[in-house]
Amino acid sequence: MVKPTQVTNRIRALRFAHDEMTQAELADRIGVTRQTLIAIEQGRYSPSLEMAFRIARVFGVPLDDVFQYPASPEEKA
Amino acid sequence: MTHEEKRAWIRLVVAVLGYAAYVTVIVSRAGGRRLPDVPYASTLVWTVAAAIVAAIAAEAGMAIVVPGASRAKDVRDREIGVLGEHVGQSFVVIGAVAAMLMAMADWDRFWIANVIYLCFVLSAVLSGVTKVIVYRRRFPEW
Repeated sequence: MVKPTQVTNRIRALRFAHDEMTQAELADRIGVTRQTLIAIEQGRYSPSLEMAFRIARVFGVPLDDVFQYPASPEEKA
Repeated sequence: MTHEEKRAWIRLVVAVLGYAAYVTVIVSRAGGRRLPDVPYASTLVWTVAAAIVAAIAAEAGMAIVVPGASRAKDVRDREIGVLGEHVGQSFVVIGAVAAMLMAMADWDRFWIANVIYLCFVLSAVLSGVTKVIVYRRRFPEW
């Protein structure tokens, strides 16, 4: 069954915090098209683990600072 | 819109228009005759050839109209391409099985050839629709 991804990200905020880096520049640095970066930012496409690490490395932050995954109710309890 | 998304649109439109043109020609030729009596082979071959040439010409035209457009293809394009082909492949199998059963049942060659062609077109359409939907919306996760 198709289900929406629960992964969220802070790529847009991080881009602005890094001298207002453009989508085209970040896309170029991680080796994808600008359309793919837009899809990732909007949560329409989940990047591979390798690409996620490349994005985090561009911003110089841990993976958790870029991508978040909500805890399940059992984990919160 | 990425280069691959434009190609998906072109192939989808060409597949639909090509088949519509083929059906129009065959039906207009019938003129009251039974469809299996209508000459179809050369029209079918020419339609398929014209569709391939039209798709190539449209892609070339796109490159001329927007010369600076990126032709880059990344992992998402490849994943969408694989998904689209996977979805469309079902109709190729359906067409092959249908043609096999029709041949075993001694159906007229007209129907066998046309079922195969129809399933190729449906495969291309389903594949194309899947690709453009995934490009516009979200990549499915199971």
